[in-house]
Amino acid sequence: MSKESSFVPKGLYPFKTKLIITISLIVVFGFYLLSSIKTESFIVHFFVKLPNVFGLVGDFFPPDWSYVNQVWPKLFETIHIAIIATTIAVIISIPFSLLTANNVTTNSWIYQGMRLILNIIRTIPDIILAVVFVGLFGIGAFSGIIALIIFAVGILVKLMSEVIETIDMNPTEAIRASGGNGLQTISFAIVPQVLPQFISFSLYVFEINIRASLVLGLVGAGGIGQLLNTQINFMNYPAVSTIIIIVFAVVVVIDIISGKLREGLV
Amino acid sequence: MAEQLTLPEKPKSKLTLVKRIFIFIIIALIYIWTFTSIEIRWDNIFSERTLANIDRIIPKFFQPAVEETGSIMEKMFETLFIAYTGSLAAAIIAIPLAFLCASNMVRNKFLNNIGMWILGAVRAFPEIVLAIIFVAAVGPNPFAGVLAIAIGSTGMLGKLYSEVIESIDMNVIEALEASGANKLQILFYGIFPQVLPEFMSYAIYRFEIDVRASSVLGIVGAGGIGTLITFAYMNRNWEEVGMILLVIIITVTIIDQISGFIRKRLV
Repeated sequence: MSKESSFVPKGLYPFKTKLIITISLIVVFGFYLLSSIKTESFIVHFFVKLPNVFGLVGDFFPPDWSYVNQVWPKLFETIHIAIIATTIAVIISIPFSLLTANNVTTNSWIYQGMRLILNIIRTIPDIILAVVFVGLFGIGAFSGIIALIIFAVGILVKLMSEVIETIDMNPTEAIRASGGNGLQTISFAIVPQVLPQFISFSLYVFEINIRASLVLGLVGAGGIGQLLNTQINFMNYPAVSTIIIIVFAVVVVIDIISGKLREGLV
Repeated sequence: MAEQLTLPEKPKSKLTLVKRIFIFIIIALIYIWTFTSIEIRWDNIFSERTLANIDRIIPKFFQPAVEETGSIMEKMFETLFIAYTGSLAAAIIAIPLAFLCASNMVRNKFLNNIGMWILGAVRAFPEIVLAIIFVAAVGPNPFAGVLAIAIGSTGMLGKLYSEVIESIDMNVIEALEASGANKLQILFYGIFPQVLPEFMSYAIYRFEIDVRASSVLGIVGAGGIGTLITFAYMNRNWEEVGMILLVIIITVTIIDQISGFIRKRLV
């Protein structure tokens, strides 16, 4: 007993924890050093190049407000691309999310296959999709819309199928027991439970699509990115800063609106 | 008196009806505006040329340029390095900002709001726009990509971190305060043990996103595999685009699996 009472802990944490934390810290910072050397990007460089940054701020300001009139049509095109792509993506992803939910689709082959396909789709960056479709369909809004649809379906189906998997299955059973067919089960037992989340996710994907469609134009898929690309190539920085400020404002406004709507829904 | 059984009237408020009609009209107007003003040249899209393109390009994706693997892998590693450096920097920069935003740490509504505004403003910039700005500032090199990723990730990580901080158990801190711990001790023994696992989990999650994001930054000249995409695309070298796509898909899948595994162990 006396031995135990005289025991003084060396520290709050056991030796093993300390060892693990130390090793992982060394690994994390070692890798950081390696990647800093490989990319020649030490944070110090940022301060070395600060004069550059300030010089650039001088280039960017004041924004060229006379350029605004040329921005509006392309901005609206961007918003239209996002609206159309989101709408079609939502319609497509409803059946697919039912197929990807393991409580609705009990066939594990279909379920696993769908998940595999979606996981692959989600790894492809949106801009690469746009590059491919611009190659196929030529420059213009259509390529952007198709790229965004595929991109959005990947996200939406994952989110929606997760919601479907968590629903209460008792209503489905009750409707089946009283003789409802598959379609009736879906429309009376599943839809009412998941509709608010579906709408909320659709708005969320719309936000993502707005951001994505702003930059799709960089590869020729329509929208404000095209303007941005041209103005950067011309080194017309005042116009670039006008575009960036407008993009910023639009993203903020749409995020706020969609955030308020989603708060009201869920 | 004959008792007549009637169901209670359905609660129907005029206001909700008006509201619904109003919302419906707004949505309808938005769609009308969209579909009437969007310019899609259908004759260009459904033309012989598109069919020829599809015939020509799609098969090439399925015979990727395997001989380019070396140079593509090299750029992919650069992409990973950019994502890693950027997200680690963001994971550290976000901590003080998160404390500023957390209302149980800084008991000043004004400062909280300032923190929130900074994070919100940063989040509103798409990474590629940040990359454009930094390419103009520090030149077309991976460093611009690192900066873009670091700044872009700070917005999201700061917000998630501050939510974690706000949900911690304050009793522990009170106990520490009562036994005479100073601010630094409270931070190290009261707050960090509670938040670090979740901080790390979010940072790793953000790294996943950053790998995807940094693979396209090269399109604006900020280093990584995106540079190759631009070249391959401009030369209409679809075999190479196919190979790049394959490399990205495999790498991102592997990273997702690893990070998912680590995150499961952490929380």
